[in-house]
Amino acid sequence: MSTIAPERPIPAPRELTTEPRFSDKVFRAVVTAGGLSSLIILGLIAIFLGYRGFEILRSEGLNFLTSSDWSISTDDAGNVTESHFGIAAMLVGTILCSIVAVAIALPVSVFSALFMNFYAPGWLKKILIAIIDMMAAFPSILYGIWGFLVLMPSVEYWAKLLNHYFGWLPFFKLHPYVVTRSPFVAGVVLAIMIIPIITSVSREIFSQAPLDRIQAAYALGATRWAMIKAVVIPHGKSGVIGGAMLGLGRAMGETVAVYTVLNIVFQINWQVLLGAGGNVASLIILKFGEASPYEIKALMAAGLVLFLLTLIVNAIAELIVRTTGKSGR
Amino acid sequence: MNESHESEKENMETTTRPSSLADVANAKEQKVPGTRAMGTGLETRGIHAWFGNNHVLSDVNLDFAAGTVTALIGPSGCGKSTFIRTINRMHEFIPGAAMAGEVLLDGKDVYAPGTDVTKIRLQIGMVFQKPNPFPSMTIGENVLSGLKLSQQKVSNKDELLEECLERAGLWNEVKDRLGAHGGSLSGGQQQRLCIARALAVRPQVLLMDEPCSALDPGSTLRIEETIRHLSDTMTIIIVTHNMQQAARVSDYTAFFLSDGGPGQMIEASPTSEIFSRPRDKRTENYVTGRFG
Repeated sequence: MSTIAPERPIPAPRELTTEPRFSDKVFRAVVTAGGLSSLIILGLIAIFLGYRGFEILRSEGLNFLTSSDWSISTDDAGNVTESHFGIAAMLVGTILCSIVAVAIALPVSVFSALFMNFYAPGWLKKILIAIIDMMAAFPSILYGIWGFLVLMPSVEYWAKLLNHYFGWLPFFKLHPYVVTRSPFVAGVVLAIMIIPIITSVSREIFSQAPLDRIQAAYALGATRWAMIKAVVIPHGKSGVIGGAMLGLGRAMGETVAVYTVLNIVFQINWQVLLGAGGNVASLIILKFGEASPYEIKALMAAGLVLFLLTLIVNAIAELIVRTTGKSGR
Repeated sequence: MNESHESEKENMETTTRPSSLADVANAKEQKVPGTRAMGTGLETRGIHAWFGNNHVLSDVNLDFAAGTVTALIGPSGCGKSTFIRTINRMHEFIPGAAMAGEVLLDGKDVYAPGTDVTKIRLQIGMVFQKPNPFPSMTIGENVLSGLKLSQQKVSNKDELLEECLERAGLWNEVKDRLGAHGGSLSGGQQQRLCIARALAVRPQVLLMDEPCSALDPGSTLRIEETIRHLSDTMTIIIVTHNMQQAARVSDYTAFFLSDGGPGQMIEASPTSEIFSRPRDKRTENYVTGRFG
């Protein structure tokens, strides 16, 4: 039986196919439709905003992003004679409020997520989860009103304190001395609004920290805090960043609460404690009611910019999650 | 493993089962307990354990002399793992878990009020069933992680690192890549890394919960060699389902069994005796493979 095998050519890999059943095809179609619908809706919104805002973007050019002048004059017949549209102040306000919000909300959320997972007794954990989920579903106008009526007077005190001790930092400078309705106050209100989302993302990712590593840490004589630092935080880091970015996205798009609290001024203001600012979304709600068809186009262009800004933030978040994600797992 | 196989063959004609396992037990170097080991060993007094209302372990009394290896054998669900987890107070992490009795380390109860539980776990180390190195740390950081976790400082980190890896039988394989991540090692190497990690905090007692059950025979052999070497300097308690392993590594063996109720310790004897002249019929049935 010992024949020398003839040299056989190595075949090309075969194409692997299968004929799916009818039921599988139907299910596939339904699932695909569901999956693509979000993409289509997002695309349609972008096209709509771009189409409506294109005229303004072309006539204003880069000024739309760099100037803070928002004026429109019409003659008696209602024709537009002169117009300037620039959203620089609103963009700065958007970024400022959101950063303040995330800076406050992130530590609070991470600590509360750690408390719920590793320190709170079972009954308290259940209550806290229910409350925080409820916070997420709370209408934003109520946050805005509460922020305006209750939070603002007390936050002013903190704003003054910050200015008194950290006024030498350009960020906390206050000139002129107007502390009401500042981006800081809006940021605090936004922080309260985004705490639920960052907390529940963090809590979820922390609760998935692998039990065998947690036990390994304890078996090596770790205190609870040492165990959290060595196991839970490395595991959850990327998820927490993702949650913070989700919160940032929500803070940037928030309209009503900011509109209620913030003093909308068309002037670039980098001082968080100064009562002047605005964000893109609040600009739209401010102007939308009495805008002429031409001005509405400008508002659509502003909407498009906000849309792109949110996309960019999410893309950055995705990138951060990907690069930091692997090490802890 | 080869040696023990040969001795098994030699004795095949002259003896009958179950003494073949006893021969495996006799084939290894017999030692005088407590030669260089730290401390005076470990005693457990009347250990009971519960999960909620479920009574899983009843009245276990066992002494572990310093510098000996004790194997805990018995079918699944008889409370072996629960028992060793009561020793280093890992049992209490499970919600609803409760225990009664005393665990005396050098005569002091580890459950005494006012005891710092993290200090207990430094003295009683543990190696788990599944290798669990910290993936975000390098090999070197993994070995020294216990010091960081328990906030201890040592001056000669490099020496300690080499010593622990050497004792765990891993030094030659990883000395050139201490900066690589722990996850890049094979399963058997990861388990030896976990042993090295447990050694770095210098425990008196090392608990091993089926340390080889996820490993191939070659890695198992390496770890068994490691256990024999380590037993010169510390007290080792190992849970195993592999009776050959119990015979190969342990000086004493304790047999656990649950008859539907809470698990009990049926018999504890020198390993060669439990495999040749078990006192209890149930032990004999188990070690001869008639059940379990």
